[in-house]
Parts: sequence; structure tokens; C-alpha cells
Amino acid sequence: MLKVNVMEEKYSDIEQAILSEYKYGFVTDIEADEAPKGLDENTIRFISAKKNEPEWMLQYRLKAYHQWLKMEEPSWANLKYDPIDYQDIIYYSAPKQKKKLNSLDEIDPELRRTFEKLGISLDEQKRLSGVAVDAVIDSVSIATTFKAQLAEQGIIFCSMSEAIQEHPELIKKYLGSVVPVTDNYFAALNAAVFSDGSFVYIPKGVRCPMELSTYFRINAENTGQFERTLIVADEGSYVSYLEGCTAPMRDENQLHAAVVELIAQDHAEIKYSTVQNWYPGDKDGKGGIYNFVTKRGICQGSHSKISWTQVETGSAITWKYPSVILKGDHSVGEFYSVAVTNNHQQADTGTKMQHIGKHTRSRIVSKGISAGFSNNSYRGLVHVSKNATNARNYSQCDSLLIGDKCGAHTFPYIEAKNNTSVVEHEATTSKVGEDQIFYCNQRGIDTETAVALIINGFAKEVMNQLPMEFAIEAQKLLAISLEGSVG
Amino acid sequence: MSTVDYYIEQLNTIQAAKQDSPLAPVRKSALDTFTNMGFPTSRNEEWKYTRIGSIFKKEFRLQNEDITSFNQSSIDAVRLPGHENANELVFVNGRYSEEFSKIISDEIIVTSLEAAASDEYADIVKAYFNSSSKYLKDGINALNAAYAQGVFIYVPKAKVVPHPVYIYNIVDAVADAVCALPRCLVYVSEAAEVSFVETYATLGASESITNQVTEIIVAENANVSYCKIQNDNSKASQVSTTHIHQVGKSYAETVTISLDGGIVRNNLNIVMGAAHSEAHMYGLYFQNGESHIDNHTIVDNVMPHCQSNELYKGILNDRSTGVFNGRIYVRQDAQKTNAFQSNKNILLGENATVNTQPQLEIFADDVKCSHGCTVGSLDEEGIFYLQSRGIPKEVAMSLLLQGFALDILEKIKIEHIRTYVQELIAARLTTQI
Repeated sequence: MLKVNVMEEKYSDIEQAILSEYKYGFVTDIEADEAPKGLDENTIRFISAKKNEPEWMLQYRLKAYHQWLKMEEPSWANLKYDPIDYQDIIYYSAPKQKKKLNSLDEIDPELRRTFEKLGISLDEQKRLSGVAVDAVIDSVSIATTFKAQLAEQGIIFCSMSEAIQEHPELIKKYLGSVVPVTDNYFAALNAAVFSDGSFVYIPKGVRCPMELSTYFRINAENTGQFERTLIVADEGSYVSYLEGCTAPMRDENQLHAAVVELIAQDHAEIKYSTVQNWYPGDKDGKGGIYNFVTKRGICQGSHSKISWTQVETGSAITWKYPSVILKGDHSVGEFYSVAVTNNHQQADTGTKMQHIGKHTRSRIVSKGISAGFSNNSYRGLVHVSKNATNARNYSQCDSLLIGDKCGAHTFPYIEAKNNTSVVEHEATTSKVGEDQIFYCNQRGIDTETAVALIINGFAKEVMNQLPMEFAIEAQKLLAISLEGSVG
Repeated sequence: MSTVDYYIEQLNTIQAAKQDSPLAPVRKSALDTFTNMGFPTSRNEEWKYTRIGSIFKKEFRLQNEDITSFNQSSIDAVRLPGHENANELVFVNGRYSEEFSKIISDEIIVTSLEAAASDEYADIVKAYFNSSSKYLKDGINALNAAYAQGVFIYVPKAKVVPHPVYIYNIVDAVADAVCALPRCLVYVSEAAEVSFVETYATLGASESITNQVTEIIVAENANVSYCKIQNDNSKASQVSTTHIHQVGKSYAETVTISLDGGIVRNNLNIVMGAAHSEAHMYGLYFQNGESHIDNHTIVDNVMPHCQSNELYKGILNDRSTGVFNGRIYVRQDAQKTNAFQSNKNILLGENATVNTQPQLEIFADDVKCSHGCTVGSLDEEGIFYLQSRGIPKEVAMSLLLQGFALDILEKIKIEHIRTYVQELIAARLTTQI
């Protein structure tokens, strides 16, 4: 009996402990080139002109803008937030650069220090890590590393603005082919004002020799970040892509509305991993990033594969459904997700698997962990269309609750129109078992460590999918974002 | 004139005649809700897969007088086995018919809602009548409440009703298309026990729609079992709402069998409003042709230490559509809740469709909740196994399907009814597969 009491006391101690500081909350003092606040046709023309874009790109943006005006902000998600004033956002902010850079040495030293602080070295000395990085600060891509080596194999890895200038035929062909401008409110907004992002093209039969990575950072105040990523994997190619993000701590909410499009041709494979660590707001729910992202891939060719892995620990609000359209026969879609919410964070995330081709397979593993006053929802759709013979889906979504003030929600949609398909869905909700903690305590492991251990085990299935460099970071992140919430 | 206006006009006439009734304010506010909301479209998330508005495009007649031209033989044709030893309540076109009903147990009191609202049961009616509207915020539910001419069933304290209560909902669509709006409020007092079996029948070849609401209040230590059998013709559509509110620590069990009909939508709500309550929900749907079945269930765990268990199984043949939407809420105070939910579907027909949404919304941490759902076809290996032992394929399939259905059938407590449903299913399997 005594032992139990001691444990309970310890619980409340920990409960009172405050979340550890957001490590990436600093602001860098860099002169920025900004568009005036607000959004109208002029803003779009401004952005387009700044980037020296061809006429077709401007038209694309304007079309999206007019579409956006006609649309309404979606309200179906299980999220609560004050209405966003779209006229109070700076849609373009770029660190000031005097001229086009020829080598990385010319980058503003302040900026370089920023990325070093974030643990991302832009220097190619870090060759050993074998990761090519495209860094995007506020709205503009700063530097892309390892470009030359990749080019030798015909791989294009550059910023979106560069791609628009240098590979217009590819951009024209693929941009908006998976996420059309009419897709949804935030996608339309993004198409109108996106300022940069990454573009990857892997030619036929090439296996990308290193992990490609983009690091996003919002720095300036009152800005929104709207980046656009497009990855095209041609026949028989393979690429693994990583994405990471951070932002300074500010009291206002900042908007991040990105669009990611993936295209996999015959026998191609794309693996997309995200560690999302935008500033989540303080412990009273003040500030933080609104993360409204549209991510979708299409398995265009037969035997192609797209795999999404995400670790979501940041953002005040997350609205994100990385999806796969399984169009090619025998194509495979995967979604692995760990979403952690603490304090007043809200997450409505999940996936869509559209089975169109024959013998298509998909797998969904979603792990939600809620603590504090947060709400964590899984929302997913598995659609098997009439002709998707022998389609197969397996979904598993588990939720873990820590504390009695948080919520966990599961909203799966399963639509099966083919009688040869097999669809399974399973979901459980539970708390961290007291007996499990007790077992650990008994063996001299303190409660906090025990919980970290249990949570790591809970999320292991997803963590295993992450590339090595990311897995370690993600594991630490998981422990940090839940620190002090055990009770 | 849109059909919504048509119904509003009819309801206005009906309500005008009953201005003084104690139920008038509820009816009035329901009519306002209906006027505001109209019929749900597929943009309404709760009606996404069931286009109920398409049925209500037609101007169905609402019954405003008591039925006179009706004979016993029509009722005999739809009676359920075991009726000799059962209480029978008959609704014709949504109105309770005292003439054809038969109460044989002394332990049960049946009176009109109107009467109950002004006598000793007034408090109960006031407290619980139309409490389902909190969970079903749509025009369909409001349409029924705006009409509300049903009965009040009362089981007094510590009484065990020895005979089951059979409820027949008969629609006389011989002459014209009819919209029936039956309504029941049931109060099962402390430590009482009762079981219901409800069924539906449409006479005549015209289209019909039954929009029914049954609210059952279960007090401390009471025990209720409720079985619904839907096997109507393909022109008979239905929205059937069963709202069970456990106000005391109690036990409730429901079995829903849906075999035939046009568009059938069942709303089953269980509100576990008292600690240590227990509820079980079972459902079986076996659909043919173009029929459409939609089961929406809500389990709302308000208080701690409750236990609920839900199992719905479906077989979808031909071009039929099955919809399942199960939602479990666990409120912040409902610690130590155990809630399980499972939905299993077999797609038999090449053009059959299943849409299933098992949902969990959990606000308490010390709970055990799970849900699962599967969609698939018959197990090839199972069929092959039986075939290899000389059993023809059709028989093998039928055997497997019967086995699949058995899980639910064995939950029907009244033996007459269980055998009756088993035979219905066996007959369907032999003729249609």
C-alpha cells in the first residue's frame, strides 16, 4: 500500500513539472526582404516578380488565387482555433542577399550560424553524414548541398524557384498534377503564394545514393510560410527524402500551409519522412504554428511504392493527411505516423488511401499520444473503388492517453466497392499501464524513464521506418515533448 | 412548394388541433427545428452515405385520424411467432391502435403519451420525452417530434413483465403513399425487467416511409432487452431511432436484424448515465437487390465504470449497400470504462458496397477502448475445405454464412423469435445463393 502512495505522490510531482524549453525557439537577426502585409493580386504579382518568374507561372498563381477567393475554410476537422486573418500575414519574406551566390562560403555568416545551431551543417565538410540538404528559411531556399554529385547521375535536386527557371517543362508537367489548385482551401492558397520549396527529379533506373533533405525554418515575425515540394521518381528509381522544421517562439500564431506532391512511375519508390517540430506554443497554448499541410502522392505506374513516415511533435495545430493514390496495378502505399500532443496542442492527422489499380496494397500504422490539455485525432480514409480487384488494406491506430484532461479521437472511413478486396481496421485506446510502470519501478527504473521507455516501445513500429539519422533525433524529440507530462 | 413546406403545412394543421396539450411546446419547438433544418443532405456528415432526402422528395400523407378501415386478418398476417403469449402493441400509420392491441400482463401500463403527460407520469414525460434530440440534431428526428402522437409504456417498480412486448408498426399503403411517425416513450422503473420485439410491415404496393422514435429510460437495477426485426418490402423505407438512457445502474441489450426494405436507417443511442451500467448491442444485416442499410450507433459513456460491447455483422449481396457508423464517447468523468466495438462485413455481390466508420472519442485516460472492422469476401479456403469433403459449393457458402450470422442470432433471447429469424435467413440462403 505504501509503495502505491509513494508512486502517486511522485506522479503529481511530475505532473507539475513544466515542459522543457523549446530548444529551437531563438530568433536570428537577419535583414529580410518582405512583401507588404496582406493578400491581393498585387502581392502575387510581387512574389512572382521577385522571383523573376515566367508568365505561365504568374497565371498559375493568379488562377489559384481566384479559386481560393471562391472557397471556404474547412471546418470539419476536430480543431478549435480563432479565425485566421489572411490579410494580417506577410506572404513573402526572404533573407536579404546581395547577389546570386556561387558558393556556400558567400552565405551570410549569421544565417550559417542559425543552421549550425539547428544542427544542420550547410558545409559540405559534413560529407560523411551523406545527406544532401536544401535549407529553406522563411520563404526562400538558402542553399542546396551536394548538388554537383547528384547531377552526375542526372538527379535534379534544387529549390523550386530554380526549377521553375531551369526545368520549366518538368514543372509545367507535374506541378499541381497530384494536388490541383482546386483541391482544398489551403492548397489553393499555397498555389497562389508559395515562395519556394524543393524539387527533386530522379531519372529512370537511378537509385539516389544519399538521403535528400529539406530543412524548413520560419524566422521573421508575422510571416506565413508556404513552401511547395515536388518529387518525381521516374521508372525504376528510388529516393528517400527527409523533411524537418522549426520556428522561433512567438506569442502570435503563425501559418504554415505547404503542399507536397509525389509522383512514382513504374517500379519506382519514394520514401518521405518528416520530423515536424514547429513551435507548439507555450504551456498555456499561446502562440505556435498552425500547420495546415496538404501532402499527396500518386503511384502512377505499376509496382510503384510510396511510403510516408511522420513524427509530429510540434505545431499548435496540425491539419495534415499525407495520402496515396494507388493508381498503378500492384502499387503499394504506406503511412506510418507518431503524433504527440501536449499542453494545448491539437492535431487532426491521418491519411487517405485510394485504391484504384488492381492488386494494390496499403498499410496504415498510426500512433497517437496525447498529454496535458491536448486533443489528438486520427482521421483516415480507405477507399476501394469498383475496379480495384484484390485490393488489400490493413490499418492500425492506437492511442495513448496521459492524464485525464486530454482527448484521443479516431475517425476512420472505410469505403469498399469491390468484393475481392480485404480491408481491416483496428484501433485501441488505453493509458500507460500502471502495472508496467510498477514493473519498471520495481527494477529500479524511475517513473519518468519508465514512461519514456513504454512510449518508445509504443512508437517503435513507426520509428523503425525512419532513416537512421532521423530516428535518433525523433526518439529524443518524443522524450522531450512529453517531459513532465507523466501522471 | 418544396416538400419541406408541404410537411410543415400538414404538421401545422395537426398541431393546431392540439394546442392545449402539455406536449404542445415540445411539438412546436420541434417544428421550428424542422423548419430550420429541413431534410438532411449528403453534405451532412451523419447522412453522408444515406441520401434520405431523395425519399422525402415525395409528398407522403401523414395520418391525422384514427384508422377505421382495417381488419384483424391484415394483422394476423404479420404477427410474430409466440404472439399467443405476448403483449401486442399495434401502430397503424404511426398511430397507436387500441382496438388491435392486446395487453395480457398486469405488470405493464400502456397509455397514450398525451394522457401520460397530464397525469401521474407527467414528471417522467417532462424529463425524458424527446431527450433523443440532443443526440440527433437533424430534421428527421424533429419531424417525428413535431407529430408525436405515440404511447407511453410504464413498468412499475420491481415488476418483471413475464410476457414479451411485441410492437407491430404497420403501414397501410394500399391507397396512397404514407409517412408513418410512430413514437414510444418507455420507462422501466427500479428493478423491473421487460423485453421488446419490434417489427415492421407495409401493406399495399405504394411507397412508404416509417420515421420512428423510441425512447427507453432504464432506472436503477432494471433490465431491458430490445430486439428489432426489419424485413419489409423494397418500397418501404425507414428511419428508426432507438434511444436508451440508463439513468440508474442497469443492464440493456439490443439486437437489430435487418433483412429487407428500401432505404433503412437505424439510429441506436445508448447513454450510460449511471456508474456500473452495462450495455450490449448486436446487429445483423443481410441485404439483397438494391436495398440500403445504415446503422448508426452512439454509445455515450458519461459515468465511470461502465461496460459496453458492440458487434455488428453484415452480408451484402447483389447491388446492396451497407453503412455502419459506430461512435463511442468516453467523457472526462467516465474513468474505468470498457468499451468495445466491432463491425464485420462480407461483400458477396460484385456490385455491393460497404462504408464503415468505427469512431472513438475519448476524454478520460483510464479506459480500455477498442474498435475494429473488417471487409472481405467469403473465406476461399473454408469453401475449398468443405468442397473437398463432397459438399457442393452453394451449400458450403450457405454453411459459412450461417455460421457468420450465428454469433448474432444466438443473442436473441426469445426462442420463438430466434427460430423465426434463423428460418428467414436459412430460406434466403437456399433460394438466393
